Amino acid sequence: MSSRQASVPSLSLENVAVIRGNRLVLDGLSVSARAGDVIWIRGANGCGKSTLLRLVAGLLTVTSGTIHSEGHMALADENMALDANMTVEAALRFWADMDGASADARDAALTAMDLQNLVHIPVRFLSTGQRKRASIARVLASNADVWLMDEPYNGLDSASCARLDQAIIARAASGGIVLVAAHQPPSINVAMSLILDSQGVAA
Amino acid sequence: MMSFIALVAREVRLAWTGGGLWLPVVFYLAVATLFPFVTGPDKALLARTGGGILWIAALLATLLPIERLILPDRQSGVLDQLALRGWSDELVATAKIAGQIVAFALPLLLATIVGSALIGLPEAQLGTLLLGLALALPALAGLSVMIAALTAGLSGASALGGLLLVPITIPLLIFGAGTLAEGPGNAMQLLAATSLAITALSPFAAGAALRAGRT
Repeated sequence: MSSRQASVPSLSLENVAVIRGNRLVLDGLSVSARAGDVIWIRGANGCGKSTLLRLVAGLLTVTSGTIHSEGHMALADENMALDANMTVEAALRFWADMDGASADARDAALTAMDLQNLVHIPVRFLSTGQRKRASIARVLASNADVWLMDEPYNGLDSASCARLDQAIIARAASGGIVLVAAHQPPSINVAMSLILDSQGVAA
Repeated sequence: MMSFIALVAREVRLAWTGGGLWLPVVFYLAVATLFPFVTGPDKALLARTGGGILWIAALLATLLPIERLILPDRQSGVLDQLALRGWSDELVATAKIAGQIVAFALPLLLATIVGSALIGLPEAQLGTLLLGLALALPALAGLSVMIAALTAGLSGASALGGLLLVPITIPLLIFGAGTLAEGPGNAMQLLAATSLAITALSPFAAGAALRAGRT
């Protein structure tokens, strides 16, 4: 819906705290990212990684602190957001059209995630790893400045992990910002590795 | 604007591929078919009460698609993705209501022609009934989206939806049935006004419910 304007993506969180369901999930968190940064967020299950990404995406509001961001965002979380009865190609095209992405960008995303052979398969028949790849392809095709990826490596085979590494490196190199929430250590060079402890405080 | 049309088209496609086209229509016609068995073949009685029964059937048919209007989109992340792209919740609700008008209200209007023939409604009444339903169906589409947004994810959502729908639709039903009476007075104008108010308010109520349900 929004018009695209050329702006340098940036992201800053200052002293952010969030309470969800009477529990302090994040507290005193400050992060900033500039164009070209990959930020790797690690921590145990339930430490607030997903909450952090949803905050940045604007889907949740902070209890205290401020978040400022520039640039269009794309989110790949546990929900694929692709219609189950549509083919992979049609389901991805729905979002690509929303984002005003070109057919070339769509094809490039399909190729980058090795989905060319699956384009005519309905989304409901995809395996776990294939679903994950389709949802990553949605982010790739969006041409968004800021990528928010929640556990993007889960369910991927090693070849797909390498493809995802390449895609993230390429997005950062072309002036984007990528936030990766994962439970494993970074597999690529990152600008910052943020480790959340069980109280959601950057350790 | 193109994105809005794309979202409306998606609503229609999902409704028609998910049984949303036939289920309300079949329900509606089933009521019209069964009603004469209850009253007996008294033509005068059928003509007098048949229009009202079709009104009740239309209101209840509104409840049928409620479970698939909001909840699947919330669970699959579609609502999150739209919010991320800067869509307001009210606009998403408006697109869903517009989709419901096409996917649910138009087929029901067509089914009314068949239904009124099954009941044996006088031809003079058919025009009034069609006009009245055409005025009320946007409000019913708005209510179905609003109730779907309010009850998404709650256990017993359908039962709760029924409880929510009944009181709000009483004015529509009173004026709607009033248009079919011998001296209709201003029933049609009042029906139009009530329907307009409900249709105009429902995107805001549904939008607020969508926002409150985001976790």
